[in-house]
Amino acid sequence: MTLLKQSLAVAYKDLLTEWRQPSRIAGVFFFCFALLLLFAFAMPNTQMLSDIAGGTLWLGLLLASTRSLDQSFHLEMENGALEGMVLWPVPPLAMFYGKALANALLLTLVTLALTPLVVVLYHPVWNGDIPTFLGIVALGCLALAAPGTLVAALSVQARGSSALLPLLMFPLVVPVVVAASKATTLHLEGDIMSQVDDWMRLLVMFNLAHWALDGWLFTRIAEDG
Amino acid sequence: MASTPDSHNAVVHDGLVVHDLSRRFGPRWVLARVGFDVPPGDALLVVGHNGCGKTTLLRCLATALKIHHGSARFGGLDMWENRAELRHKVALLSHDSHLYEDLSARQNLDVWAKMGGLHKDLDALLERVGLEHTGKRPVRAFSAGMRRRLALARVLLKDPSLILFDEPFSALDPAGRATVAGVLQELRERGATILLSTHHHEIGARFADQAMRMKEGRIVWKGPSHELLSSGGHP
Repeated sequence: MTLLKQSLAVAYKDLLTEWRQPSRIAGVFFFCFALLLLFAFAMPNTQMLSDIAGGTLWLGLLLASTRSLDQSFHLEMENGALEGMVLWPVPPLAMFYGKALANALLLTLVTLALTPLVVVLYHPVWNGDIPTFLGIVALGCLALAAPGTLVAALSVQARGSSALLPLLMFPLVVPVVVAASKATTLHLEGDIMSQVDDWMRLLVMFNLAHWALDGWLFTRIAEDG
Repeated sequence: MASTPDSHNAVVHDGLVVHDLSRRFGPRWVLARVGFDVPPGDALLVVGHNGCGKTTLLRCLATALKIHHGSARFGGLDMWENRAELRHKVALLSHDSHLYEDLSARQNLDVWAKMGGLHKDLDALLERVGLEHTGKRPVRAFSAGMRRRLALARVLLKDPSLILFDEPFSALDPAGRATVAGVLQELRERGATILLSTHHHEIGARFADQAMRMKEGRIVWKGPSHELLSSGGHP
């Protein structure tokens, strides 16, 4: 059985679990929605709201992602399923890629569901095209998912893991939040200076580095005997 | 099987051969120089009080824990060095059910089959353990006995040659015990090598000709199961 097939099987299992218990992903969505709403209330004028729409979307998503990432490994710990996977055996790389892919898909889903609400709440100027916007969302969510999955695996067995996860994850994903926020804002405004491609290239490079390196690191920590 | 740890270098068969196995947690040794062997297709009953090291022994043999001293071999292969290969052949039915609470019984078996690239008749497996009528109910709504049966079905999915049973009869009603006993009998007839740890030694002795008693991480007695039975579990 190939690594790809096993990774897809792990992702299928994670997505099926979320489908069977939609309250978890709904919780992430409403948490993020509440943040967006509070940010909107805190802004003094509507022009400022429009300017920060892209950045606020990614900041909200970053904060909400810690909840979904934390939950994804807590489910594996409930009945020792993580150990069950190691002994089945599911290769650690397939575990990592499967879980990271499922996390990326769920984050993408939440982002797409939140986008219309951001448009209604923040009234951003929308001069960009939809495919490029979807590309930025996909790259940003993939870039949050890879280091997030690694950090969630590291922190899940620690006491107070939900507090530890953001502490470990946020410094790692600062470049993602900056690049995705800039790309989204510039794209929505029309990208007169053609800078979006550069920010997207940064996201691609971040993804390549983290999807390779974090997979390798995960295999090192998956089995300590 | 009757052999001492020191004599294990001479044991030649493709079953389970454990020599001088020791394992510690921090500074405390919980298994100390454990040695025994189980020829292919045979079964060994392991008894002992709570905390005597039975579960740790089974987890070492399942390659869930690293062996800190000594060795364990199965099919002629060192279990830790060749764990990637042996994990396809070894299964552990442990206290942890390894089940997903939000999935139904069939969905659980389905995801484990997909993750292992296994093709089995899942409905037949569910019927074998008496869970064919559970439908879409999530495992979260199952009783402890039903979870135990489903965990057994998950183990059977893998078709292992070495099966490690850690208290397989716990939390089961008489019908559940009969189901597990039936599965154990089938596995023996199929030629699987079995290690069975249980407090129900009177049931366990029906499936294992040999038995051993553990205390404080060491083997304190080894011999035929009927001796264990005749002594009321304390030979």
